[in-house]
Amino acid sequence: MPVGRYVIRRLLQMIPVFIGTTFLIFVMVYAVGDPVNAMFGDRAPDPATAAQLRAEFNLDKPVWQQYLLYMGHIFTGDFGNAFNGQPVTELMGTAFPITLRLAVIAIVFEVIVGIVLGVVTGLRRGRPVDSSVLMLTLVVISVPTFVTGTLAQYLLGVKWGWIQPAVSPEAPADELILPGLVLALLSLAYVTRLTRTSIAENSRADYVRTALAKGLPRSRVTVRHLLRNSLIPVVTFLGTDVGNLMAGALVTERIFNIQGVGFQLWQGIVRQNSPTVVGFVTILVIVFLLANLFVDLLYAVLDPRIRYA
Amino acid sequence: MAERAPGDAPVAGEPPAVGGGGGATDLASSEGEELEPGPGTSGPVPGDRPRSLWSDAWHDLRRNPVFIVSGLLILFLVVISLWPSLIATRNPLSCQLDKSLDPAAPGHWFGFDTQGCDVYTRVVYGARTSVTVGVCSTLGVALAGSVLGGLAGFFGGWWDALLSRLTDIFFGIPIMLGGLVFLSMTGSRSVWTVVAFIVLLGWPQIARIARGAVISAKQNDYVQAARALGAGNYRMLVRHILPNAVAPVIVTATIALGTYIALEATLSYLGVGLQPPTVSWGADISDASQGMQFRNAPHILLYPAAALSLTVLAFIMLGDAVRDALDPKLR
Repeated sequence: MPVGRYVIRRLLQMIPVFIGTTFLIFVMVYAVGDPVNAMFGDRAPDPATAAQLRAEFNLDKPVWQQYLLYMGHIFTGDFGNAFNGQPVTELMGTAFPITLRLAVIAIVFEVIVGIVLGVVTGLRRGRPVDSSVLMLTLVVISVPTFVTGTLAQYLLGVKWGWIQPAVSPEAPADELILPGLVLALLSLAYVTRLTRTSIAENSRADYVRTALAKGLPRSRVTVRHLLRNSLIPVVTFLGTDVGNLMAGALVTERIFNIQGVGFQLWQGIVRQNSPTVVGFVTILVIVFLLANLFVDLLYAVLDPRIRYA
Repeated sequence: MAERAPGDAPVAGEPPAVGGGGGATDLASSEGEELEPGPGTSGPVPGDRPRSLWSDAWHDLRRNPVFIVSGLLILFLVVISLWPSLIATRNPLSCQLDKSLDPAAPGHWFGFDTQGCDVYTRVVYGARTSVTVGVCSTLGVALAGSVLGGLAGFFGGWWDALLSRLTDIFFGIPIMLGGLVFLSMTGSRSVWTVVAFIVLLGWPQIARIARGAVISAKQNDYVQAARALGAGNYRMLVRHILPNAVAPVIVTATIALGTYIALEATLSYLGVGLQPPTVSWGADISDASQGMQFRNAPHILLYPAAALSLTVLAFIMLGDAVRDALDPKLR
């Protein structure tokens, strides 16, 4: 099976999408806003200094030229300096590990709790457990992450004093458990619903009946036969979920004062620090596109009915 | 080429429509079966002419408690959005600083916020903002998406290729990231700026669904027959394809409505959404969390948060019920 050729074709297809996406973001940041004016806040900048800064950051050239110059630098690993002189890569070096830790905690919650709830409800379709968990997932989906986060901070951190309401700058894993749970909730609800639908559909499949007729215990059939086949859509959902996690991290990191990617990005935007913003967003878009590519490939590997063509 | 995963690259912050296939069906059917069919009306009378998808769906919806509850809630929200003075007599922008963070008092059931504004009045007026953003964004997204996607699906060719690449590009930007970047660069933002942004980044989702629906409708035998009988493009589209392709668009758009309301609130919370004097629940919650002011005055956090969550819940429940009623696969 020509898996290699399929991968190469998908990678090639990604190139125009990548260029289009990054260009769109680049144009928005540099063409709509004026970063040099923003640096000076409310005061009008000294024209000579402004001109010098514009030249230094290539802001005096047409947008498409700026874009090409920027992309050229990126491919040599140079994301430029923030307007205060700190290299953007340095900011990324401290921010990404923290957000990665947060995301891993969230994904662990999603997978374990989501799949367990999904299996339990999927096997008891229409019973009270099923209906109440379904209603609960609907409620979880409806409450925006920033509301859940703020409420959790108020109740657990302030009112009952179980946790520190803000995370320390090093963000050790144990302080990230509650923020991770908050970040996970929305996707957890989707994983539950997806697993439930999938389990409920497959539990009526012939191969399950065959396995039971052979005399295998129900628990073994559920874990070895049913779950393995039902998890395919869930695995692929987790890949496409990267975008949701990014959006959630923006909010969660702001609430709990976690100095990760979302926090830095938000700071960059508040201070109109364009190199930081474009750098972080470019990396996030690459991560998002790669995750989607990975999902496509994984889906094709997990489900043999899908052929590479 | 490998098929895409179910959920087809959901935009960040929006639920993949497939996420909970079957959602509230069980809630509906398990309770619905106990309901006596209403006297007379459109019950399944033997010898009756077969019902269309729409009257069938309406028949299901009227018996679905989820639909009834969410429908009543939405009706209430729409009424107070149109005439907020019906239940709130004060002005949401006239505040008394000396009452800052005061708890509930007679006539001010929800207490006062940091600026000394009446929280109850602001919660009521916030509904107007949320409903306006939700409804207008959804209409815009549905209109732009179904026209562009529908035409691409119907005519195919280079227009289809161009549109598909364009949707790929837009899907590459998670909507919250895009919002943070795009909206922070615009100086002053009104409800319409936010609506325009949501339409700009939201249309590809509907366009993909409309394109797929039109392509599958186009391949039906009766459409081929109409073509063979000499029907023109306009007649084909309006008489034969549109009625059969519109259901998936309606389902996706209804669910999206709730998520757009949540999106606006989140953007306002992050400080890149609506600005004063527009009253927004998201911005009010952001003010309440500023320096954890809710520590001593939880009412400034809890009431807007409850109103926002309930509103989003109502619309998502409506979308769930509509999907169950319109999805023929669940019959």
